[in-house]
Amino acid sequence: MSLKQHYILEVQNLSKNFSGVKALDQVQLKIREGEVHALMGENGAGKSTLMKILAGMLTPDSGEIFFEGNALHSHRDLKILSAGIAMIHQEMLLVPELTVAQNIFLGKEIRRGKTWWLDDRSLNQKATELLAQVGIALDARTPMKNLSVAEMQMVEIVKAISKNAKIIIMDEPTSAISDKEVKSLFNIISDLKARGVAIIYISHKMDEIFRIADTITVLRDGKYIQTKPAAELNQDSLISLMVGRELDTMFPEHTEAKGNILLSVQGLGRQGKFSDINFEVSAGEVLGIAGLMGAGRTEIARAINGLDAPDTGNIYIKGQKTKINSPQDAIKNRIGYVSEDRKEVGLVLGMSVKENITLASIKKHKRGLFVDDASERTAVANMIEALRIKTPHPDQPVKNLSGGNQQKVAIAKVLLSSPEIIILDEPTRGIDVGAKFEIYKLVKDLAAQGLAIIMISSELPEILGMSDRILVMAEGKQTATLQKAEATQELIMQYAMPQ
Amino acid sequence: MKDTIPNLTQNGPKINLNIGKYGLLVALLLLCTALTIITPKFLTLPNIMIIVTQVTINALLAFGVTFIIITGGIDLSVGSVVAVTSVATATFARADNYPLVVPLAMGLLVGLGFGALNGLAITKGKVPPFIVTLGTMTIGRGLALILSKGRPISNLSDSFNYIGSGSLLGIPLPILILIVVFIVCTLLLRKTVMGRYVYAVGGNEQAARASGINVNKVKLFVYTLGGGLAALAGIILTSRISTGQPNVGIGFELSAIAAAIIGGTSTSGGVGTITGTLLGALLIGVISNSLDLLNVSSYYQQVVMGLIIIGAVLLDSLNKNKGN
Repeated sequence: MSLKQHYILEVQNLSKNFSGVKALDQVQLKIREGEVHALMGENGAGKSTLMKILAGMLTPDSGEIFFEGNALHSHRDLKILSAGIAMIHQEMLLVPELTVAQNIFLGKEIRRGKTWWLDDRSLNQKATELLAQVGIALDARTPMKNLSVAEMQMVEIVKAISKNAKIIIMDEPTSAISDKEVKSLFNIISDLKARGVAIIYISHKMDEIFRIADTITVLRDGKYIQTKPAAELNQDSLISLMVGRELDTMFPEHTEAKGNILLSVQGLGRQGKFSDINFEVSAGEVLGIAGLMGAGRTEIARAINGLDAPDTGNIYIKGQKTKINSPQDAIKNRIGYVSEDRKEVGLVLGMSVKENITLASIKKHKRGLFVDDASERTAVANMIEALRIKTPHPDQPVKNLSGGNQQKVAIAKVLLSSPEIIILDEPTRGIDVGAKFEIYKLVKDLAAQGLAIIMISSELPEILGMSDRILVMAEGKQTATLQKAEATQELIMQYAMPQ
Repeated sequence: MKDTIPNLTQNGPKINLNIGKYGLLVALLLLCTALTIITPKFLTLPNIMIIVTQVTINALLAFGVTFIIITGGIDLSVGSVVAVTSVATATFARADNYPLVVPLAMGLLVGLGFGALNGLAITKGKVPPFIVTLGTMTIGRGLALILSKGRPISNLSDSFNYIGSGSLLGIPLPILILIVVFIVCTLLLRKTVMGRYVYAVGGNEQAARASGINVNKVKLFVYTLGGGLAALAGIILTSRISTGQPNVGIGFELSAIAAAIIGGTSTSGGVGTITGTLLGALLIGVISNSLDLLNVSSYYQQVVMGLIIIGAVLLDSLNKNKGN
C-alpha cells in the first residue's frame, strides 16, 4: 500500500451535547494524508455533528483535536482547522449569478496590486488553470446557473483546492448526479489522493463506499464503533457494524396476490420530458420504475399526481378515463404521492409532526367550523405508532427529525388521505439502513393490503428487491418492462443507458 | 504521548436573551409601569382611551397584514384602502340619506374588492405581492381623491358617527369591535382548516400544493380578509373624525407591518400569531403616546419607532441563533 502512515488529522474523545442529548460521545477519527476515509453510520449516528465541528461550524464540549500534529486548544485554533478543511455541502453554497471563476475565488478575489480594483483577467486565468489541473472541461466565465448539479459540485471541489485544503469533506456527493458524472467525480477523487489531499466521504450507497474508500470508520448513536481498512469489510459486515445487529434479509418477502387493475396510463406524454408511456398497476402489486437521473421518471409521477399536466395520452383509474389537473383531483381519485424531495415538496419543515401528518387530510377532522383537536391527535398518534416514527412529541417541528423519520412523516401524510394507489419517488434517498428496511417492510405491507404501488428508485438493488414488475426508462422513453424473474442489474442498466 | 487538552469549551458567561413567548408582554408591562412612575399623565382614563383608539385602527390593519405575511406575502395597500373606504362610506353616510347599513356595506365592499383584486393579481396574474399592492396603494389613493374631488366629506349622520364615539356598557364601540375581531382572527388562524392552510402555504408552498391544498384560494382569502379589515378600520376612523378624508391613512401600511413584525411574524412566512400582533400594536401605541407625553418631537419619534422595529427582530434572531 502506498498510503502514508502520517495522520493529518486526529480526533480523540470528542463529545458534544445538544440540550442533554449526546450527539457525540467520546468519538475518535484518524485521517491519513491522501486517503479516502468513509464515515459510516445511520442518520443520527453523529456524522454531521462531527463534520460540522471539523468545518468550524460547531464547538465541541470536550475532546482533543490534532491537525498536522498540532494540538488545537481553543475555538480560535479550530478556525485554523477549518482553513485546512473544506466541505462540499449537500446544499451547494454557490452564487448562481456569478461566473465559475468568480465563485471559485469568492471571498479571496484577485486585485490589481493593492488597489480596490478587481483583476478579472488574472481571475479567469487562474481559475482556468485550476480547472485544467483537476481535468474539468469548463469555461471559467460560464455563469454558475448554467451548470448541472454535477458541474457545480466540481466547482466546489476546485474551490476547495484553491484554498489549499488538506482535507475535503464530501457529504453524499453522488445523491443528485448521474452514473457517468459519478465516474468523473471518482477520477477527480483519485487525482486529489495523489496530491496528498485526504477525503472524508459520507454516503449511504454501499457500492460506492467499497469502490473508493481506503478506510472506513463507523459511528453508531453518537459513539465510535470501529475503524478498519475497507478491504477487511464487506457489505454485510459493514451494515451489521452500522446497525448493531444482523440484517439477514434486506428485502421482505412478498406474496404475490394481484387484484384488479387500479391505474393504467396510455400514451402519456409531456413535451420535452417524456413520451408514449404505457403501463398499468394492479391492487397488491409493486411496479418499479428504473432509469438514470433525468430519464423522466419523476415527471411521470408529477403528471399522474396533477402537479404538471400531461400534454398527450390518458390516465385510467379503475378503468375509467380520468382527468387529473391538480393534486386535489389526485387525492379525490385516491392517488397518493410521496415526493423524492422531502424538504421542498414533501414536508413543511417548520410545522410540527402532527400538522404535517394531517396536512392532506385535515378536512376529515372538522367539528363545525373548527379543527377537532382530539380526533386529529388520535389519527396522528396511530400513524406514529404504526410507522414507528421516532419523535419526542407530535408537536415537535418536523425539521428536527432524522431523514428516515421525516420520510415516514411524509408517507404517513399520504396514507391518511386514504389512497388506493401510492407513488413513492426515491423513498429511501438519504436515509439510513435501518430506516430503509422499515420502509421496505411498510411498502410490502401496503401492497399486501391491496394498494397499488409505483416505486421510483435509482438504486438497482432496491428496485430488484421490491418490484413485481420493472418499467425501465431512458431519456423520456419507456425502453422495457421486465418481470421480476427475468430482471437483473445488468439487464436494467442495458435498457436504462441512453442509446 | 501528546499532552492532553483539558477542554475545548470556550464559552464565557452566557447572557440569556431568551425572554420567550411572553417577552413582548413583559416589555409592554415594564414600559407601562415605568411610564406610570415617570409621568402622572400616563395612567389616566382619557390618556388610556387615546392610546386604545389609536391602537384599534393599527391593530385591525395589522391583523389582516399578519395573515398575509404568514403566507409569505405583503400588503402595502391597506393605508390607501382606509382612504377609499373613508370616502366611499362618507359619501353614503351624509345626514340621513340612506339607512346606516348602506354606507357600512359600501365601505366593506370597497375594501373586500381591493383585497380580492390584490389576491387575483397575485394568484392568477402571478405578479409578486409587493408589486401588486404597491400598485393598488397608488390606485387607491388616486380613487379616493377622484371620488371626493380632493375635498373632505363632512356632515355625516349621527347614527353613523355613533360607531366611532358611542359605547356599550361603558366600553367604547371601537374597542368592542377590536376585541371581537381579535377573537375571530385568533380562532380563524389557530382552530380552523383555513388557518392551518395559511401556515402551510407560508411554510412551504410547494408542499402545500402537493398535499392537495388550493394555494390560490388560501392567498385570495388572506388578501380579501386584509382588504375587509382595512375597510373596517376605515369605517371606524371616518366615524370617529366624522369626515370622509381622501388623505387619511398615509403610512398606515407601514405601522401595520411593523406591529406584525414586532409581534413575531416572520417575513419569510409560516410564522406569526394574532396575539403577538396585538401586543406589537399596543407596544407601538404606548411608545408613541409616551413620547408625546414626554414632549419628544415627532421627528425623533420616527427615529425611535424605526429602531424598535429593527431591535425587535434583532432580539428574535439572537434568540434563534442561541438555540443553534
